[in-house]
Amino acid sequence: MDLSSINWVLLLASLMVAATPILLAGIGELVVERAGVLNLGVEGMMITGAISGFAIAINTGSVTLGFIAAAAAGALLSLLFGFLTQYLLSNQVATGLALTLFGLGLSSLMGQGYVGIKGLSVPDIHLPILSDIPVLGPILFRHDAMVYVSILIVAGVWAFLKFTRGGLILRAVGESHDAAHALGYKVVRIRLMAIAFGGACAGLGGAYLSLVRVPQWTEGMTAGAGWIALALVVFASWKPWRVLIGAYLFGGLTVLQLNLQAAGMKIPVEYLAMSPYIITILVLVVMSSRGGRAALNAPAELGRSFHASS
Amino acid sequence: MTDLLSIQRLTKAYPGVVANDDVSFDIAPGEIHALLGENGAGKSTLVKMIYGLVKPDSGKMELFGKPYAPARPSAARTAGVAMVFQHFSLFEALNVAENVGLGMETPPPMRELAREIREVSHAYGLPLDPRRLVGDLSAGERQRVEIIRCLLQDPKLLIMDEPTSVLTPQEVEILFATLNKLKAEGTSILYISHKLEEIRALCDRATILRRGKVVGACNPRESSAAELAEMMVGEALHTPDRAPGERGEVVLQVAGLTSQHVEAFGTRLQNIGFEVHAGEVLGIGGVAGNGQDELLSALSGETLGPRETVRLRGKPVGNLGPNARRALGMLAAPEERLGHAAAPDMSLTENAVLSGWQREDLTRNGFVLWGKSRGFAETIIQSFDVRTPGPGVAARALSGGNLQKFVIGREILQRPDVLVVNQPTWGVDAAAAAAIRQALLDLAAGGAAVIVISQDLEELMKVADRFAALNAGHLSAPRPTQGLTMEQIGLMLGGAHDMDVAHTDEAHHIKESYEEGRQ
Repeated sequence: MDLSSINWVLLLASLMVAATPILLAGIGELVVERAGVLNLGVEGMMITGAISGFAIAINTGSVTLGFIAAAAAGALLSLLFGFLTQYLLSNQVATGLALTLFGLGLSSLMGQGYVGIKGLSVPDIHLPILSDIPVLGPILFRHDAMVYVSILIVAGVWAFLKFTRGGLILRAVGESHDAAHALGYKVVRIRLMAIAFGGACAGLGGAYLSLVRVPQWTEGMTAGAGWIALALVVFASWKPWRVLIGAYLFGGLTVLQLNLQAAGMKIPVEYLAMSPYIITILVLVVMSSRGGRAALNAPAELGRSFHASS
Repeated sequence: MTDLLSIQRLTKAYPGVVANDDVSFDIAPGEIHALLGENGAGKSTLVKMIYGLVKPDSGKMELFGKPYAPARPSAARTAGVAMVFQHFSLFEALNVAENVGLGMETPPPMRELAREIREVSHAYGLPLDPRRLVGDLSAGERQRVEIIRCLLQDPKLLIMDEPTSVLTPQEVEILFATLNKLKAEGTSILYISHKLEEIRALCDRATILRRGKVVGACNPRESSAAELAEMMVGEALHTPDRAPGERGEVVLQVAGLTSQHVEAFGTRLQNIGFEVHAGEVLGIGGVAGNGQDELLSALSGETLGPRETVRLRGKPVGNLGPNARRALGMLAAPEERLGHAAAPDMSLTENAVLSGWQREDLTRNGFVLWGKSRGFAETIIQSFDVRTPGPGVAARALSGGNLQKFVIGREILQRPDVLVVNQPTWGVDAAAAAAIRQALLDLAAGGAAVIVISQDLEELMKVADRFAALNAGHLSAPRPTQGLTMEQIGLMLGGAHDMDVAHTDEAHHIKESYEEGRQ
């Protein structure tokens, strides 16, 4: 193995790109969970976003329209989940799993005619002056627009939850829906909005895979990214900036294992390929075993159905 | 003078029950008006209509002589009606200022709100730190958060739903001083309770509800508690009688009981020790959240501890689970009827099997003997006067009082040596409560040791031979209940929790000064 063959600046630069899909999906799911809803359908919404975004971008020639379509498709699919769980009071875990399976099937149906087509190229934005800084420039400031958009979304979510009344109400609904209802807040409506936001973010994350990272359409291309995004929210103890840190850690891991493979590390490729998932499991075990500290931070009504009684 | 709020012929029906039937009464400005009634009399539905949470089927309300029909709680708040809830409408993981802000229509920025909370809470003798997490506050302090939330909106009418059920006697006194101060400032208060002495001490007028109907109105200061009780219940109440029994040998010994871990916002038991004799009822009082649930689960065997912490007739059982303890004769009935004491969607027969299969031999080789189980359930239903069509009915379908009679009866009929009950009459109507208390006394008279954990101090005074107080996970030394005064009990319960500014004498002083001012 030859570690010197790895270009570390390039590795760190591609880390942000590799992390963006799970960052987008994770921050969306964070908002959903802070409202007290557990949507396990992230994977399904991501892949639906991936094919919708890809198809629209190919047909219109506009990547921007592709991303918008992906967000809309993710939100639409999540509202199906919202309708089932908030109005029909179906079990959130089962519905979320069904949503994932449904999304995977729906996306491969929609993607029939798009397999093998090469995607559009997305230009990197070289931020003036900043991108010329040695080392830091190529790592931080020469990416496509979505990388920066994703960071802005994290900042926006953080500010919304921390400083605004809307954010306070959202957190209140996740902490005690009965108390929120007693004070006259519309629990179901607030949760539906959170679910739709989570769906749109997951759709964007999926589209980032098919439009920027790969960029083409293959069936099942999210390959478990949605599940990593779910784990990321727990890892982050439901705090926005920690989602960012966590996403970049996982992104780094993904890129590193690819580089190690290329550098000819003498372990079977399968072990390297599974490493991000193993780390995910390890992180969840460690977080959950720390005497309920992680549980303390979890929204109290996470996964519970709300029904207004009298 | 026009009435502040006038309620005219309000009716609200739910499927199968008329919660309010043609209810009318008025509240004058600056009066404390009591709404008196048993659980299920329709008090909560009525105030929910006033607060805009429930729409009446018919009838109307007038506020200051103008039609008043709030569609939402926010409309009620805008009109000047505020409410302190029975089960607190607070968010444990948010801090005091955030909780207050959520209950206001147009809250000021957080920093200003925090300053206002500090000022107003001191002005009313209810000091609060706006930055503290509500989950870390005592029950009394939580209620202060609710009251401050209401006061910041300058209400004309303050609704208080069973405000004293979670307070120590000293905290009640401070609350009353605050309410009298509000009244002196011209705020009307609608005070909901079933505690007669409180209503007689505090309220100017009382409206009495029974089964959704107004059955009377009176000046509670001029009526005796017995008269009020009779109006409320509709019949003279049977007070439990206690046969003076012999105190037998020590049956249960608890020593050095300390919880190893607790849930979020739970209470850690600290080195708890006591003994219970055969034929004795030990009452354990305390404000909710001081370790009652943890104590019950340590005694029932749901949480395990070192062997020696719990001894049954000298035999260490601290490390045995519920089934092993049941087999030895140590039974328990927890507070939460649906979901803890009984499985809500299972039939009474099935619920009887779940608890009684060992001691009543309801299974053979792993198979349930359904005939015998049904018989056991029917015996419970008959001997404890559980009103239900039959043992096949789901537990959820029973009213609170009937299910509680079933749950307690199920344990008593298994002839326990030790029975631990938590809140045996919580949310139960007066007649059923009297029956349950009598059954517990009879069980003790028959030679069993009974531990009653309850927040209802009057209940403990009625049934217990000795009384101990649970406060922040510590248990005081048990004292004989005979000759114990409410004042002493209050001090055993830790007095007023964290009342650093407003001391009891000060509250007395505030109260007296307002009473003088009125004359």
